Amino acid sequence: MKNSVLNLLTIIVLLAAFGCSSDKPEAAATGDSSVKPKSMVAEEPDPMTNKGVGPITSIELGASVDQALADKGKAIYEAKCTACHKPTEKFIGPAPKGILDRRSPEWVMNMILAPEKMVKEDPIAKKLLMEFNGSPMANQNLTQDEARQVLEYFRTL
Amino acid sequence: MKKQSNQLSNLLLAAMVALVLVLSSCGKANQGPTSGALSGNAASKVYVAPGQYDEFYAFMSGGFSGQIAAYGLPSGRLLKVIPVFSVDPEKGYGFNEETKPLLNTSHGFIPWDDAHHPALSQTNGETDGRWIFINGNNTPRLARIDLSTFETAEILEIPNSGGNHSSPYLTQNTEYVVAGTRFSVPIPQKDVAISSYAENFKGALSFVKVEPTTGRMNIEFQVLMPGLNFDLASSGKGPSHGWTFFTSYNSEMKNSLLEVNASQNDKDFVAAVNWKKAEEYLKAGKAKDFPANYMHNVYSDETHTATSTAMKSVKVLIPSECPGLVYLLPTPKSPHGVDVDPTGEYIVCSGKLSADITAHSFPKMLKAIEDKAFDGDISGVPIIKFESVLGGTVKEPGLGPLHTEFDGKGNAYTSFFISSEIVKWKVGTWEVIDRQPTYYSIGHLMVPGGNSMKPEGKYVVALNKITKDRYLPTGPELTQSAQLYAIDGDKMELLLDFPTIGEPHYAQGISAEKIKPKSKQFFKLSENKHPYVTPTEKDAKVVREGNNVHVYMTMIRSHFMPDNIEGFKVGDKVYFHVTNLEQDFDVPHGFAVMGATNAELLIMPGQTETLVWEPKKEGVFPLYCTDFCSALHQEMQGYARVSPAGSATALKWWLGDEKPVQ
Ligand SMILES: [Cu+2]
Repeated sequence: MKNSVLNLLTIIVLLAAFGCSSDKPEAAATGDSSVKPKSMVAEEPDPMTNKGVGPITSIELGASVDQALADKGKAIYEAKCTACHKPTEKFIGPAPKGILDRRSPEWVMNMILAPEKMVKEDPIAKKLLMEFNGSPMANQNLTQDEARQVLEYFRTL
Repeated sequence: MKKQSNQLSNLLLAAMVALVLVLSSCGKANQGPTSGALSGNAASKVYVAPGQYDEFYAFMSGGFSGQIAAYGLPSGRLLKVIPVFSVDPEKGYGFNEETKPLLNTSHGFIPWDDAHHPALSQTNGETDGRWIFINGNNTPRLARIDLSTFETAEILEIPNSGGNHSSPYLTQNTEYVVAGTRFSVPIPQKDVAISSYAENFKGALSFVKVEPTTGRMNIEFQVLMPGLNFDLASSGKGPSHGWTFFTSYNSEMKNSLLEVNASQNDKDFVAAVNWKKAEEYLKAGKAKDFPANYMHNVYSDETHTATSTAMKSVKVLIPSECPGLVYLLPTPKSPHGVDVDPTGEYIVCSGKLSADITAHSFPKMLKAIEDKAFDGDISGVPIIKFESVLGGTVKEPGLGPLHTEFDGKGNAYTSFFISSEIVKWKVGTWEVIDRQPTYYSIGHLMVPGGNSMKPEGKYVVALNKITKDRYLPTGPELTQSAQLYAIDGDKMELLLDFPTIGEPHYAQGISAEKIKPKSKQFFKLSENKHPYVTPTEKDAKVVREGNNVHVYMTMIRSHFMPDNIEGFKVGDKVYFHVTNLEQDFDVPHGFAVMGATNAELLIMPGQTETLVWEPKKEGVFPLYCTDFCSALHQEMQGYARVSPAGSATALKWWLGDEKPVQ
């Protein structure tokens, strides 16, 4: 009995104190204000030295094409990439033919392995996304080895 | 004295209601008529900040929706509705060719059921997050849901059953899920006078074996019991592992006006089945093969397709021929819930017309069996003397006890439907420690792991039967009301109301950490063994076989291959076999075609699904992706041309430039 009366009193007091305060719980304001929106206009880096953003920071290409590696890459490319990329002509996305004359090998692999990050943070990838009507590069979850094989295949085109 | 204090607290409650109503008139605060005993910091205890995860998954049965709904606790946020026994056009479940076989029964395709009691798989008496089982009450079935995909993996029909209510209530290593029949029926079914109940009707208790690695179910045996109505069940644990306990009502064995006729006897029975003994009898060849017709439906994540197998017989054990297999424990006043406590010592029974809770003692039961302390038998099943098995009584804790869960700290929580409250009491001393009202008329209640040997006793969820004024009104039909209470302190504390789908009966809860790391993100295309998979765009094609036309189609952000098809004819049966080529998390695509009489497809990355389309009119009909997938989602569309029956329009298809392939 006593407890119930106490509870009742507590409720009345609490209602009086908080009943008419702001709708929003304080904790709702958890947005991280330190993250500043990135400028849409970024100065473009040299595409041949720009490595992009992602897991690949440095890669060595052999003097000549490793055909066995390229064959593996071709199979992966055909299974996972051809819905959007034709080897030698523009389709949903750009053609990979001659890509290493336009981009660094690291950039290509980062674009395969971390497309979401690239189109947000890499100025060239950002521009490409708009050039291709906002059609996103799908992350097909290749392993680093598989992406390397695909890159070798691109050298044969 | 008791009555008086009840009246007093009712008065007090009424006064509180009035005061709250007066106080709530300020600002926009539209409070319902009763906030309950809500303390000031309740909000912070259920607040899960944006981007943060809940601590527990809660799986609520969908009741007459036939589904399971997954919620996060403590927030009460709805995470997913998992279609099980009912079709779900949102997901194409039961509409696409791949999942239709899951709903096959010996009565044909059934698009609905009434799903009551989820049961998480257990290892060593602890929930392990692999599967969740649930019973279909109306057309007796058991389903298994894979918790790596949150999809229904298997549905098994239960023969010789008249409503699968006392189910699944699995054993401590998921050796068995059980299926006790609610209605006794003629076994095997036959055309007899209903008044021949006593002579012809039997109640089957089915023990369904679960294969430990795949989870595949198989009816190992059925125990043919006298014509009782089995209600709920609980499997033993620890010392009582090897036994399963089923409550029953209608020991009067009546077949009409049960409301009155089945409430005559002062005591009904709990049936205690020694399933380890049953295994011995099976080995000894004591089981009889009974002819039976039932379907076993299994879904494969490799072929993304379910298959149905017609089963033709079951093994049956007759208790009178198998001494020591089953005993009856007299239990007061139409027992409903039965719940074995985490130590495995007590079998807590709630007589739904009783004011008391009766706990049978497992060690006393063994002793009584040894001493043959029996009080007659029914059809050869010995009845143990009530006094010889009684372990303790919680005296007058409330009205209409239904179900009990445990917190692993020696406390029990029992739901009371009539007095609409949860009562906390101590196992062994039988003293009442605390009580909290529920809004309104609680049925089941759930503590995560609360029916296992290792409860995670932080919260209890009340699954209420009556909603009335808890939420904004929505016409005559209201959502169901669940309530969350903190139980980690000395006193239970009401934290949150949240609405639920269908009419939840039982629920199960589990630490999110036991499921989250195993949750599948997408299906590997390289492992897709669907007979109509289209692994790359190069493989896309359209094949005519008489009036059947098979379209091998792919989808990726944001186009179909092919997206233009000509050469369909009125009267064709077109199978769109659509493969989602994406290999990333959360990129499903949908597929819909105008005039389809079934539903859409909702295809997960790496998956193939099939929609049948039977065009009735000539013309050119649009098809499109229904699930917003990219900035160019709206452009993910195409056309299907339908020509008159018998016309010469050639079959051709393309994407982009028209380079038709013949
Ligand atoms: Cu789409």
